Amino acid sequence: MKTTELKITGAEAVIQSLKAEGVKTIFGYPGGAIMPIYDALFHHLEEVNHILTRHEQGAIHAAQGYARTSGKTGVVFATSGPGATNLITGLADALIDSTPLVCITGQVASHLLGTDAFQETDVMGISMPVTKWNCQVTKAADIAPTLAKAFYIASSGRPGPVLVDITKDAQFEKLDFSYEKCTSVRSYQPKPKLNVDQVQAATKFLNEAKKPLMIVGQGIMLSNAEEELLAFAEKTGIPVASTLLGLGAFPSHHPLFVGMVGMHGNYAPNVKTNECDVLLAVGMRFDDRVTGDVSRYATQAKVVHVDIDTAEINKIIKADAPVVADAKEALTVLADLVEKQTHQNWLDEFHQAKQKELQVLSENREKEFSDELRMDLVIDLLSQKTKGNAIVVTDVGQHQMMAAQFYQYNQTKSNVTSGGLGTMGFALPAAIGAKMANPEKQVVAIIGDGGFQMTLQELGTMMQNNIGVKIIILNNGYLGMVRQWQQMFFEKRYSFTDIQSPDFTALAASYNIKGQKVERQEDLNNALDQLLNTENAYLLEVKVAREDNVFPMVPTGASVAEIRLQ
Amino acid sequence: MGTMNKTFTVSIFTENTIGMLNRITIIFTRRHLNIDSITASETEVKNVHRYTIVLRTNREQINKVVGQIDKLIDVLKAFVHEDNEVVHQEIALYKIKTTELKSNNVEQVVRENSAKVLTVDPDFIVIEKTGHKAETQVLFEKLKPFGILEFARSGRVAVTKPMKELSTYLKELEIN
Repeated sequence: MKTTELKITGAEAVIQSLKAEGVKTIFGYPGGAIMPIYDALFHHLEEVNHILTRHEQGAIHAAQGYARTSGKTGVVFATSGPGATNLITGLADALIDSTPLVCITGQVASHLLGTDAFQETDVMGISMPVTKWNCQVTKAADIAPTLAKAFYIASSGRPGPVLVDITKDAQFEKLDFSYEKCTSVRSYQPKPKLNVDQVQAATKFLNEAKKPLMIVGQGIMLSNAEEELLAFAEKTGIPVASTLLGLGAFPSHHPLFVGMVGMHGNYAPNVKTNECDVLLAVGMRFDDRVTGDVSRYATQAKVVHVDIDTAEINKIIKADAPVVADAKEALTVLADLVEKQTHQNWLDEFHQAKQKELQVLSENREKEFSDELRMDLVIDLLSQKTKGNAIVVTDVGQHQMMAAQFYQYNQTKSNVTSGGLGTMGFALPAAIGAKMANPEKQVVAIIGDGGFQMTLQELGTMMQNNIGVKIIILNNGYLGMVRQWQQMFFEKRYSFTDIQSPDFTALAASYNIKGQKVERQEDLNNALDQLLNTENAYLLEVKVAREDNVFPMVPTGASVAEIRLQ
Repeated sequence: MGTMNKTFTVSIFTENTIGMLNRITIIFTRRHLNIDSITASETEVKNVHRYTIVLRTNREQINKVVGQIDKLIDVLKAFVHEDNEVVHQEIALYKIKTTELKSNNVEQVVRENSAKVLTVDPDFIVIEKTGHKAETQVLFEKLKPFGILEFARSGRVAVTKPMKELSTYLKELEIN
């Protein structure tokens, strides 16, 4: 594809490049060094939508929510200096959670670079460790090829955030514009060729397995391999567990689905990681929150690791049969080669353990909190009411783990949370982005009272653009996860985890957002109905038991087999 | 598994882009690894640059580091070698007072160590020695009694013993 226009400004070239890439929505915040680009944008508002957030961090998290629920690359505008530095948390979050973003930052004029000019900062240096690639452009002629490369790199292979820093003089400079999409970069091989020997080795392990277990990660969604996964699982009869970010890749109601692995994952998939004979990991990276003590992780199992990123193979867990490939391609080929099998008895063990786990957890909570409202009750009911079909965006902490455990995700790309980085304040802006990408879908942000207060200014973004995100604040008056650890590992010294909040519904009202607060179990049902049935935005604050804890739990340093139910 | 510390030579071939050195070194920094020496220059292929980095660590760690370096967008290819797999060399310059030339010992030391005198100034002479680090260090110790005014040693440059040429790798990359 090639488009040509004569003598336009660099700033206009930025907008034309974005249009050529099919960008419909930009999240951003203007400022001095990016003003020419905003001026150029002003002439294209019919084709390109721009959402003004209240902080650049909000803009980048919104772009992340947009990207993760649409599969498209999120686009962010920010100015130089503080505008750019405010993106850093989001860049780090997007890098560790493999989210495709193109962030365009304005920069001081090129003759001022390195002189400590007003709002100048070394954005290249600062963003280098937290981007998949970054590049500074000082000539208008370089804008189009650089942006083409940026979109290609961000979205191909293992996706990630890319930052393009454009000096103000390059934005003003005139050029003859032509745009050609980038389809290859000499030094970059995004899609490794499937190696036949590797596939055969993996097939052999899988065919011989008596007690196989599969763990799927976000790689399934990033490669759009949901159908291939389903076909592969149904043919092999292998129980499917998921990482936190993998939730939604495989329907929760499917008989082969056995729950989440990891620190606050389900009992059976954790314990059985250390009992299975073959562990098939697809599109996941053995995060330490998944593995617990690495030296006691699945040592009995033959590990088959499918990942598109060569650097992930043997990084944490040694693979007996590595398959460096795109998940979709690998699962398609493997599904052809493996024998049809069932593992009914093995699978039954997972389901029996799950029943027991739920029973123990619920009995313990009822004993301790009797008629109080609890996080699990809210999320369980929300899951029932939405039939697991809503896009659920969570923040970080106890409510996040509760949502992962109790929301029965049945749709792919419907689970948005900050997994690798654990960024509090992520959910509200990410939900805004998710809703922009999916205006017809129910988007529910579940957030703790702590995390909500980190980015609550984005209520303003919702108000101004009439974005119908449904917000549920699970308020326990604590930074709950840290408090839980203080209770368990620091002898209940609740050092700075008791946190006060404003009147959230009054706050929402001041942004013209309806809401209510519930404190009693009997009011929950109607409140959730009201939240879900309101067409526009809604904020529901639920006062939940103050000292509830998230279980199951694999304590730090423990093996996954040592998972605790209380 | 590969937990013993050894000296490794990492050879990295990259595009000629601004900030490449920074991109590479932050990967070592992240893992709290200290680089012993680093050199960079253009290779036999125009616009392809070669970084040679020497450090002590273990095999497991260096494999992971090189994997992460290889993943950088502008890196064409990264290799890791042990000392016996590379032919390597360093250069050292020693500045001593010209008056020390009067002593026959300086001439003897230069001869015995296959060093050479680069320049003679009324005030100082500069001796050059190329070799492995241990060899340039031996000369340093021998010249020390004469008073070394200034000393500088380069990082390691190295070529690998396996015969596969860089251009072959580049061709493979272009094909993919």
